[in-house]
Amino acid sequence: MSLSRREFLKSSAAASAAAAIGMSVPAELQAAANQAEGDWRWDKAACRFCGTGCGIMMATKGGKIVAVKGDPAAPVNRGLNCIKGYFNAKIMYGADRLTQPLLRVDENGKFKKDGKFAPVSWERAFDEMEFHIKKALKASGPEGVGVFASGQYTVMEGYAAQKMMKAGFRSNAIDPNARHCMASAVVGFYQTFGIDEPSGCYDDIELTDTIVSWGSNMAEMHPILWSRVTDRKLSDPERVKIINMSTYKHRTSDLADEEIIFTPNTDLALWNYIAREIVYNKPEAIDWDFVQKHIVFCASPVNMGYGMRKAGEKSIKEGKYTALEMQTIDKEMKKVVSATEAPALKPYGYKEGDVMVNENAGLKHWHISFEEYKKFLDPYTLDYVAKISKGNPDEDINEFKRKLQLLADLYIEKDRKVVSFWTMGMNQHTRGTWVNTLAYNVHFLLNKQAKPGSGAFSLTGQPSACGTAREVGTFCHRLPADMMVANPKHREITENRWKIPNGTLNHIGNQDIMRIHRDIEDGYVKFAWVNVCNPYQDTASASHWIKAAREMDNFIVTSDGYPGISAKVSDLILPSAMIYEKWGAYGNAERRTQHWRQQVLPVGDAMSDTWQWVELSKRFTVGDVWGAQPLRGDNSLPDVRQAAYAMGYTDNTTMYEILFANKEAQSYKIDLKSFPQAGYDNTECNGDSRNVVGSDGKVFKGYGFMIHEYLFEEYASFGRGHAHDLADFTTYHKVRGLKWPVVDGKETQWRFNTQYDPYAAKANKEAGTTNSHAFYGTLAKSLAQGNLLGITDTTQLPLANKAKIFARPYMDPPETPDKEYDTWLCTGRVLEHWHTGTMTMRVPELYRAVPEALCYMHPQDAKEKGLKQGGLAWVESRRGKIKARVETRGRNRPSRGLVFVPFFDEKVFINKVCADYTCPQSGQTDFKKCAVKIYQA
Amino acid sequence: MSENRPTIKKKRQPVSDRRKFILNMARGAGLASMGGFIWSAYIDEVTASTLILRPPGAIKEEDFLKTCIKCGLCVIACPYDTLVLAKPGDNKPLGTPYFIPRDIPCYMCPDIPCVPVCPTGALDEKSVTTDGVLDINIAEMGLAVVDADSCIAFWGIQCDACYRACPILGVAITIEYSKNERTGKHAFMKPVVHSEACTGCGLCERACVTEKPAIFVLPRETAMGRAGDYYIKGWDKDDEKRLENASEIKTTTEISKESAVDSLNDAGDLY
Repeated sequence: MSLSRREFLKSSAAASAAAAIGMSVPAELQAAANQAEGDWRWDKAACRFCGTGCGIMMATKGGKIVAVKGDPAAPVNRGLNCIKGYFNAKIMYGADRLTQPLLRVDENGKFKKDGKFAPVSWERAFDEMEFHIKKALKASGPEGVGVFASGQYTVMEGYAAQKMMKAGFRSNAIDPNARHCMASAVVGFYQTFGIDEPSGCYDDIELTDTIVSWGSNMAEMHPILWSRVTDRKLSDPERVKIINMSTYKHRTSDLADEEIIFTPNTDLALWNYIAREIVYNKPEAIDWDFVQKHIVFCASPVNMGYGMRKAGEKSIKEGKYTALEMQTIDKEMKKVVSATEAPALKPYGYKEGDVMVNENAGLKHWHISFEEYKKFLDPYTLDYVAKISKGNPDEDINEFKRKLQLLADLYIEKDRKVVSFWTMGMNQHTRGTWVNTLAYNVHFLLNKQAKPGSGAFSLTGQPSACGTAREVGTFCHRLPADMMVANPKHREITENRWKIPNGTLNHIGNQDIMRIHRDIEDGYVKFAWVNVCNPYQDTASASHWIKAAREMDNFIVTSDGYPGISAKVSDLILPSAMIYEKWGAYGNAERRTQHWRQQVLPVGDAMSDTWQWVELSKRFTVGDVWGAQPLRGDNSLPDVRQAAYAMGYTDNTTMYEILFANKEAQSYKIDLKSFPQAGYDNTECNGDSRNVVGSDGKVFKGYGFMIHEYLFEEYASFGRGHAHDLADFTTYHKVRGLKWPVVDGKETQWRFNTQYDPYAAKANKEAGTTNSHAFYGTLAKSLAQGNLLGITDTTQLPLANKAKIFARPYMDPPETPDKEYDTWLCTGRVLEHWHTGTMTMRVPELYRAVPEALCYMHPQDAKEKGLKQGGLAWVESRRGKIKARVETRGRNRPSRGLVFVPFFDEKVFINKVCADYTCPQSGQTDFKKCAVKIYQA
Repeated sequence: MSENRPTIKKKRQPVSDRRKFILNMARGAGLASMGGFIWSAYIDEVTASTLILRPPGAIKEEDFLKTCIKCGLCVIACPYDTLVLAKPGDNKPLGTPYFIPRDIPCYMCPDIPCVPVCPTGALDEKSVTTDGVLDINIAEMGLAVVDADSCIAFWGIQCDACYRACPILGVAITIEYSKNERTGKHAFMKPVVHSEACTGCGLCERACVTEKPAIFVLPRETAMGRAGDYYIKGWDKDDEKRLENASEIKTTTEISKESAVDSLNDAGDLY
């Protein structure tokens, strides 16, 4: 097709204008716009990095990506990017890209645990995986096969991985790095709304009057959103207020009207203080009409521990934990109530010095009365809260009180819209679920939730923590679209949809990411596969897991683009296609699903994780995996082969035939003449010009059907009609993402709000109500009755369309500074680097900008410890120590008593120092606080 | 968001115009000590010296060239290998210490180990001392300059790598916020360097993510303009200090170069 310049201008202008308003563009016109721009081709994609979900355009030339631009039509970023996004064109082309499978071998080429890595064929790689998976299944059953999954999987990869794990291996030991990032937010959503994912969207930024950032350095971690916050502030500097709540001073304070530096963990007390101000001092601010129609009050046990290892666990009995480590771990069993937390625990019958015996509480909670909630709030006076939460020892207490009062006043002020944003500060927390629910409390009391410009909004860290990890369900306890492995009905729905026998799916989903590591250390998990993440660098108490991987009888596989720490501790490394080398989709923090096409061929023999999973599935048959399987304890999985035969399968039918190349899958056709497939590579479906020799020793020629569309559509079918509605595959290739639920072609901005969310309107209609909201989530929507101390009446009362306010007290974290370990350690990120730096540390400009992780500390602390600016110091906890350069200036300025060390730098391996205690409800690790000592190196 | 940037008080050296004379003298000295075999390169190197960045505390370039005995003690004292001695071919006066921030910037050690070791005063301890204590924040090695065309923050990219790299961020580099009218919902965050606080350490230049840095350090004399001392900012009390340098004013222009009488008597073709 040839186009005149004028025609070209017309068509490309039409294409971008159409994209800007979310309209679909005729495929031919779109193709013409792509083609007309020279010897390069532009096509849309999503940024590889954070959960903001910026739209970008990739330029390819000669089969390589050569440039990137922000997508001016993308609603999130309108053509802008941060400096990580600016370098998307460079992330796949590091000099040390992995290009072929590598196996640890002896001199004869046989696998050897302590051998050196040597290149092997894909066929050999799958032979080894098959052998070691079968060995693990034999030794430990399905729970012996684990997967470290990811919030950076594409939707399709995550779906393929979880389908093979859960339906094929019948193992729920698949859990994403998103566990470290979002799990507390998820359980907060479940418990509060009965359904996952935020009610609001980024449009709240332009509509609000107040932005309170809780434990979130948005200026560095969500730069494009921060730029929108800044614009909002500039639009009306007097009216718009910005408050930065943090445990140390960072760049988000630059723009803030007030900065509130609090002691780690006291965010629990601060939220309850605001609620107390409302309930006790400004009761007229409570919107009783809203509360009575939409809210119930709840309580849950407080003595639930800290998600650490428990006495009697194998590795503890074997002495793998030192006496120093046990000082902290012992608190998992029991702890002494401190003076700090005693007032908050008084309504629960505890006083200072009492021994609290911890028990597994699960997710149990029950109804209480408003009076009971009010009684719970009583201790959180300004005096008490200011005393325990003032985080800067050099700040005047009255000045701090003034700020707290102001904070409460801003929330309470009638007609003032308020958005509370948070990220890891509230999620990486041993009471992460609690503090998430406390945020909603305040917004609910004031009727400032799920409304344009108002709401508590959890910002996601990873690009598809929402889209893949959560919505697809690559968590150990989840199935697609908010269904749970523990729920027989949900398993049945899934089994029917997957055309697998009822009873196939495993009902026990407790192997979260920390449990998988611990199970490897206990010798129970014998095979683990790392997908699109770097768990051996990003998990706390890292030395334990590395030692277990390297020194025990197990087989660890890492699929990656680059040789990071996880690859180094593995037995087999698989070269993975990186983001723009495959078709994919991500879902961002505002429920926006964005798709892209394969832009280029992968480097070397790299292949996508989807392909790796599908190829693996060819190695396992009904006979291999669907017989009776043992589980731990007295549990087991039934033999479902008879049912399988009845479905037309035989013992020799492969999982590939059942799960991935079934009749439905085959119905998604290759169509190289039409949009969106025309003109684009599709390695999995058609093979490619590299002629990679595949898992069977033959050149891989493709599956012959449109597997990406199949995986996406099958996944989407779970959510359609269940408030998770996604548009169809082809639509997403035309638009700049859509915020689900997408109903009648329209996206949803504010969920649960009758005016904006068709599902809320429907729920109200069905209930015969005309309420402003309907919190229609279905999880935990029937509760027993009780008081703060427990259940008094087991009658389950339904609470359709209602959300919950929780009584959850301030408690100390399991480790606090003492005489020996006298300083708080907080870890996190810097703008320039993405997580463990496997990509960004290979971009020369980003590497040069920030080549190493520094230990940010207060100059007076440095002086008192005899440390010099720029000099090396040991940062040591009960678990380990690392050396880092002291930085008393620059971007992060902690108060006395706290240091911040980022985790991107594998040479400053701070996760050897951090503790692996978690929120016991969400399983999310608290990377934000532990006790360290610092001394000259 | 209000302008509450702390300021740094620096010691200013009086401006000299003896530059030409001293340069000639240094050339003579250099020639005597090295013989004639790389004469042409030497000429270039001396000419290029106005773009050299010297260690903290370096006295005026012309005096520095006269005083520095090229002993290398400052280079040895530098813990970051920032400082190097000029070699033939470096296009710098031979043997003198300098640094290239894009390679290794000055990390602004609080104890400034390179300065007290100087045996000749070419690096002047007093110029980096406040109240008897070494104070690297008042060093004047150079001044960072931003090229607004290539600085991606001026495009709207959320960068500010220079700002975050600045050891005295919020003082030497601040962020100027403005609305991005094109997108309608984002803000520009542009770095602004403040000459009275910038030490010229070059950590910003090092961190800059553009191919050739969009922020770079020049010697202060090269990078800075100078407003005359005959106008004082009426809104800035501190600006009064410039009056200390103010002196008698006598002006000459093309029209006023002759005496009044001569000019009055020269009617030209007026009538």
